[in-house]
Formats: sequence, C-alpha cells, structure tokens
Amino acid sequence: MRLGYIIPFVLFFALAVALYVGLGLKPRDIPSALIDKPVPEFNLPPVKDHDLGLKSADLQVGEVTLVNVFASWCGPCRVEHPVFMALAKSGEVTLHGINYKDDPDNASNWLARYGNPYKRAGADRNGRVGIDWGVYGVPETFVVDQGGRIRYKHVGVVSQDDLDNKILPLVRKLKAKK
Amino acid sequence: MNRFARFIVLIFAIVSILVTPVLVQAQSTIDKPLENPVDETRALALHKLLRCLVCQNQSISDSNAELARDLRILVRQRIAAGDSDDETLAYIVDRYGDWVLLDPPVKSSTYVLWFGPVVIFLLALFGVFLFMRRSRIVPVATAASLNAEEEVKLKKLLDDTQEGNS
Repeated sequence: MRLGYIIPFVLFFALAVALYVGLGLKPRDIPSALIDKPVPEFNLPPVKDHDLGLKSADLQVGEVTLVNVFASWCGPCRVEHPVFMALAKSGEVTLHGINYKDDPDNASNWLARYGNPYKRAGADRNGRVGIDWGVYGVPETFVVDQGGRIRYKHVGVVSQDDLDNKILPLVRKLKAKK
Repeated sequence: MNRFARFIVLIFAIVSILVTPVLVQAQSTIDKPLENPVDETRALALHKLLRCLVCQNQSISDSNAELARDLRILVRQRIAAGDSDDETLAYIVDRYGDWVLLDPPVKSSTYVLWFGPVVIFLLALFGVFLFMRRSRIVPVATAASLNAEEEVKLKKLLDDTQEGNS
C-alpha cells in the first residue's frame, strides 16, 4: 500500500522530464527523408552570367561536397555567405550552389556583388529540384559523400560554429573513410 | 489540293510547336484547378492531407506559402500524369518524409503516438475500478458491524418515523 503513494510522484517526475526534454527540441528542424540516400536526379542550367550549372553527375565524382541552397531574396543567406566565402578560400571542401526560385538578374547581381563561393551553381527557377531535395526553407546545406549520397542536412544559417563543429568534422570523417 | 492539305498540316504543326511550351510553362507555374472535375476533387482531398512545411500546422490546401503552392501544383501534376492517390502521396513522402503527412502512418515508431492515449485511458479506467471497489467495501463493513443493540435501536427509529408519517 505504501508503494501506491509513490506512483503519483513517479508519474509527475516522468512527465516533468519529458516536458523538459521537449522544451529543448526544435520543431522547425524536420529530419530529412533523404539522409543516406543518393542525391536526386537533376540537371540545372547555370545561374545567369555563369558557366557551370549543377547536375547529379557533378556530385558523383568521388569527392565529398557541400551543396548550399540559396537565393538573393533570402535574408539569412546573406548572413551565412561570408562563412562560405572563407570556406571557398580555404579550399577544404568543394561547395556547390542551388539557386532556389530566384530571378536570374537578381541572382547574378547577388553573386557579383558579394562574391561567388560556389564551384558550380545551378538555377532552379521553378523550385522543382528544390522539392526533389526536400527543401522547405532557404538556406539549407547538404553534405554529400564520395558516392553521391546525402549524409547530412543543415537547415537555416550555417554559422562559423556550425561549420567548424558540425559540418567540417563530418566532411573530414567522410574523407578519411575512403 | 494535296499541296493545300500539306500546307495546312504544316501550319498546324508550327502553331502547335509554338504554343505547346507556353502551355507547359503555364501549367507548371499557375495554381489553377485541373480540368477534369474528378481529378480536381482528388487533388483537393490530397491537399488537405499534406502539411505545409513552412507554416507546419496548416495543410497545403490552407496555406499561402510559396512552397505550399508549389506542392499543390505538384500534386495536380502527379494526378494529371496518372498517379493514384497513394502514389502521389508516396512521391512527396519520399522527398519530405512522413512528417509531411498530417495523419502520421501507423508503424513501430509511431505506436506510442497512436496507442499511448488508449493505454493511458485503460490504465486510468483500471485505477478508477480499483478505487471504486475499495470505497464500496467500507460502507458494507460498517453496516455489518452493527451489533444487536444497535439493530434494535435502528428498528425502533424506523418504526417511529413510519408512525409519524401515517
């Protein structure tokens, strides 16, 4: 009978722990359905005034790559842009871009003005390729391994901290595996 | 005459070629109902099942978000291309995961979600049952504990009230 009195306290404690953990979850971060799956089949023309578009085969060349989904109309993309410029300069990993639902002139001007960190940048005018990649908010950044499989997806701004502590360690791990 | 017929066919072909890309473009970017009313009804029903990924608690049918609009168009395209309802949903789930469905599918990772409330309800019911059974035993015990003297007293009281009433 004594045990009966403890049960409400145990239940309360369990609920408190569950709710506390729930407070720390980010409901905006939807797990990608594409993790460990090959990149979708796509072929995008280059952004206006640029030479290299982006297609699936470019991500299956036996090299770890990052794919960043960006747009000139996207404010947070401006925030993460310097991080990618520095990354491109360091040359540690190849960065490709998907220009999502952007006006060609705006996209071209944006890259001319702030710099182009992308080796290849494909223009996804109507957003269909974005849907194939499971994009639901810009910016998003994907880590693609040597075999052209998506290994990680980062939603939102990539800060220097995200790059140094999440993305680059994974890139190095993937590189070492080969 | 034969020449004339060929000329007409040629003109028709050229016009078709010129017009077709415009139509395809228009179809892929404008959020407008399908021409077949049966297909459109199916599309609208599917729109209600799919979550808008930007606003999260609205269906794509209710949302004004650009991505919701794109997904509405995509659903119509899949249906127009001959996909069944399930195939259309699977196409989108492949890209966005189960999360995109407003009704989560029943599978091992969602058992707690689907059956948790039922289990909690049954536990509560069991608890209530135990509580009621225990509280019912108490008055029975008191009633049985009346001794002979009390029984006589009670009988007298009851008789008195009956006489008073009549």
